[in-house]
Amino acid sequence: MLESVLVANRGEIARRVIATARRLGVRSIAVYSEADAELPYVREADTAVLIGPAQPASSYLNGPAVLAAAQQTGARAIHPGYGFLAENPAFAASVIAAGLTWIGPAPSAMEQMGDKINARNLMEAAGVPVSAGTRQPVADVAAALMAAADIGYPVMIKASAGGGGIGMSAAADPAQLAAGFETARSRAERFFGSPAILLERFVPRARHVEVQILGLANGQVLALGERDCSVQRRHQKVAEETPSPGVGPQLRARMLAAAVRAGETVGYLGAGTVEFLLDVEAGDFMFLEMNTRLQVEHPVTELVTGIDLVEQQFLIAAGDDVSFAAGQVAPIGHALELRVYAEDSKRFLPSPGTIAEWTEPTGPGVRVDAGYAAGNTVTPFYDPLLAKLCVHGADRAEALDRARAAVEAFRISGLKTNLEFHADLLASAEFASGDYDTSLVGRLRP
Amino acid sequence: MSEVRAEMVANVWKVVAAEGDAVGDGDTLVILESMKMEIPVLAEDSGTLTRLAVAEGDIVQEGDLIAVIE
Repeated sequence: MLESVLVANRGEIARRVIATARRLGVRSIAVYSEADAELPYVREADTAVLIGPAQPASSYLNGPAVLAAAQQTGARAIHPGYGFLAENPAFAASVIAAGLTWIGPAPSAMEQMGDKINARNLMEAAGVPVSAGTRQPVADVAAALMAAADIGYPVMIKASAGGGGIGMSAAADPAQLAAGFETARSRAERFFGSPAILLERFVPRARHVEVQILGLANGQVLALGERDCSVQRRHQKVAEETPSPGVGPQLRARMLAAAVRAGETVGYLGAGTVEFLLDVEAGDFMFLEMNTRLQVEHPVTELVTGIDLVEQQFLIAAGDDVSFAAGQVAPIGHALELRVYAEDSKRFLPSPGTIAEWTEPTGPGVRVDAGYAAGNTVTPFYDPLLAKLCVHGADRAEALDRARAAVEAFRISGLKTNLEFHADLLASAEFASGDYDTSLVGRLRP
Repeated sequence: MSEVRAEMVANVWKVVAAEGDAVGDGDTLVILESMKMEIPVLAEDSGTLTRLAVAEGDIVQEGDLIAVIE
């Protein structure tokens, strides 16, 4: 097992990784910005190092500052969490070059999957289904219009280096494409440092279903079930569940096999997620992208499998066997994750502020991964995720019941949260039926 | 006269309009950024932008004046 781990992240995910480190007797080192000194994860780590001012570029995205903190504290390994430096192959390479253990896949796999166009082409060649789309970056509006005529409208405009739904938009006709292309390009440049754009066929009734994979130290790639992430606002996930109500046994077997093939294609090591778009009408699925890190919504997989994914990441990074028998993973029951954001429940606009009251729900099957506590200030510098409210039940109906009670019992005051939205989601007949798609939130909040 | 104020704590990402511009109801004046989201601040009236109280890179608090339209 690893001797020590530095968590190059903040908030709930830093706290979550530190919790597993403590349970396993691994020394934990937190890094924090000036804006985060008071957060729980900083206190709960064995050691904490201030790495810079609030602006992410000066702190959590500052690779040299993170590496310096590791050297200063004698950290033996770095866990990147998600976001920030997690999918930055140059940073991973610098960690390895410094003689430290990188808790993640090889930088080459990150590079191959980090660019969406490259990943699509690679997956297509490996026999993983991909949607109709461009095979190289679209240079300008004229090229976009030509490509779209080929693919057929509506099309989806995406940043090739992108993620998190930022800069994505759908275009129903050439006029919308011309307008959307320029916006997408400027955002891609600004958020991801690359203006490369790709176009894909837009699927009107789609579910977003992803598969958790784990690449073992012996080279074997396992699939640990799927997660349905179709509840989205602004192309960003708000709630996730497993198993997916839209996936039957045969489709599941095909998706899991495709995800394993995707992982094998890049020699994947550790925890990763292969995202697919499920065409509800056609009953078919297509590769969207691969996230080469621990996923925000990993707890739902942990709840149904009983496997601590962070522990497996530690074991794999150390070259050890995982803690469970690879052939005997049998998910039990149903799990749901609700992302509690600092945003209003109507328009989903950010709401930074100071938390006056913070009372988490408790009870059978309830798990809360929180980044904040009462008295903490939620600043505008980082994403709005306050906590992940997760529930596990014997079946979907029980999980939903437990979720309703937990949302009701979660008390946060001092800033606006989307808990009221979650109550509405759980009360909606469409969500309860399980037969929903990625446009559900738009129908709940027209 | 109408005053445009910040709805939340945010960073001023882009200033789109300039003092002296003729603006219409719904025109984008500045784009704020908070929690990794871009929030366009729109004119709520037509007229002349007589005052622009923020510059790119500023941090605004909830309720801070952003612009005045007359």
